[in-house]
Amino acid sequence: MKLQVKMFAVARQLAGADQLTVDLPAGSTVADLRNCLAMEHPDLAPLLPHVLFASGSEYVGDSKPLADTMELACIPPVSGG
Amino acid sequence: MIELITGPIDAQNVLAQVASPEAGAVVLFLGTTRQYTAGRETASLDYECFHDMALAKLAELEAEARTRWPIVHCAIVHRTGHVAIGEASVAVAVSTAHRAAAFEAGQWLIDRLKVIVPIWKKENWSDGSSQWVHPGLEVPKEVKSQP
Repeated sequence: MKLQVKMFAVARQLAGADQLTVDLPAGSTVADLRNCLAMEHPDLAPLLPHVLFASGSEYVGDSKPLADTMELACIPPVSGG
Repeated sequence: MIELITGPIDAQNVLAQVASPEAGAVVLFLGTTRQYTAGRETASLDYECFHDMALAKLAELEAEARTRWPIVHCAIVHRTGHVAIGEASVAVAVSTAHRAAAFEAGQWLIDRLKVIVPIWKKENWSDGSSQWVHPGLEVPKEVKSQP
């Protein structure tokens, strides 16, 4: 399944794009997404252990199964305020 | 009231949002752009957010604060885009019947905002370099000097 992942702040800067597309087998989890991004985008790899992922407006943990309907986002450590 | 805005924060308007005859206390917190951080001079900040999720998380924070304290009104406004030195990037205002709850709720809201709401700041240093701020993260060297 093809998934779009929104990128923000330093993740966007390192990825060189607002959004990345990854192709993962059915049954993949957020952990698989993290690994896939690291392999396909080496510049992002050092950052990925430190980011959270969100589906819609909710943070999702590494064990969360992915679905192609999910609107995914890569959330580096936040610094609002 | 929860808002993400691109222009200056009008603190008087934020206060007006929480005014109530039921309130005996109003606490307003403004987070402002600091010129020096650990001796290094900041020229300005740029804020970026994940808009829909940021609004949702701010609304969740307000809802959770209301379960913890007897809040009359709550207003949270965060600015995005370019913010000059001395200007406010965030305002949190809480009105309650008595002051202890307003102080506690205001502090809790800004503390939690800084942990869970997907908003990021970029420091534009006075030497012309820029750097995204990611607490707890050693930002890779190669991006430190890029705009």
